[in-house]
Amino acid sequence: MSQIAGHIEPYLVLSGVLFAIGSFGFLARRNAISMLMSIELMLNAVNLAALALGAFVPSLAGQGAAFALLIIAVAAAEATVGLAIVIAIFRNRKTPLVDEYDTMRQ
Amino acid sequence: MPLPDVLPFIGIGWSDVLFLLLSGTVVAAAFGVVFGRDIIKSGLFLILALGGLAGIYVMLGAAIVAGAQVLVYIGAISVLILFAIMLTQSKVAPTSLAFQTQVAPAAVAAVLLAVLFGLAFGSTNWGSVVFSDTPSAIGTSPVAAALFGPYLLAFEIASVLILAAVIGGVYLAMEPRANEGNEEGE
Repeated sequence: MSQIAGHIEPYLVLSGVLFAIGSFGFLARRNAISMLMSIELMLNAVNLAALALGAFVPSLAGQGAAFALLIIAVAAAEATVGLAIVIAIFRNRKTPLVDEYDTMRQ
Repeated sequence: MPLPDVLPFIGIGWSDVLFLLLSGTVVAAAFGVVFGRDIIKSGLFLILALGGLAGIYVMLGAAIVAGAQVLVYIGAISVLILFAIMLTQSKVAPTSLAFQTQVAPAAVAAVLLAVLFGLAFGSTNWGSVVFSDTPSAIGTSPVAAALFGPYLLAFEIASVLILAAVIGGVYLAMEPRANEGNEEGE
């Protein structure tokens, strides 16, 4: 008899903690690639919540996994375009730090 | 010699131990991603976090998603991120200042977000079942029935989106031609 792994709340709390860590990294890091990695963490937290709901709520069986697979596909597209944009900006500005991308502010 | 059902002295089952180990690994690796000074180490910690999450997906009975996680995230996206790190790290960029000036408000916002999530998750009646062990494996048939039934349009749009992202990524990361880049004045 398991007291933790058989309930839904530990998985959802882990998902929430992971999303909060990712949001902190997105807000606080200076490097653009670190921000993209934080976005990947947040997307994985959402995946974990969807899979937990799909596993524990009987009317959602199978839909959680389908939702997670679609999120993985969208995350792959997001990572491709995001990293290409970072490389394209780096070619012009010679820095990956986002607080030095201030051309439009001056 | 058979293993006991619960861990001695603590009284929690083996699946609980597995969940605690995996979730501890994931959270520690996520902190490593966010707080690491060296961005290469951040990328390697990201791989560790994604691997631990694949284990938790297997515990939730979704082995197909765990396989996709290993193939797509660990195999493709992590390699892409590591290549981008190698392409964008210049020696003039200071590695000591990893955080912006807004780090304190960001920390406060993240802690508030975690507390809000905890309160909402604890006080909501999810109508969920409680398993005596980990959730039973769902197999691939319900996933396929959902993916090619109600989510068929989303599936097709995702395929078009990936094609567009591949073409857009190649176009964005391409070196500009010599006769087109003359207005930059460098």
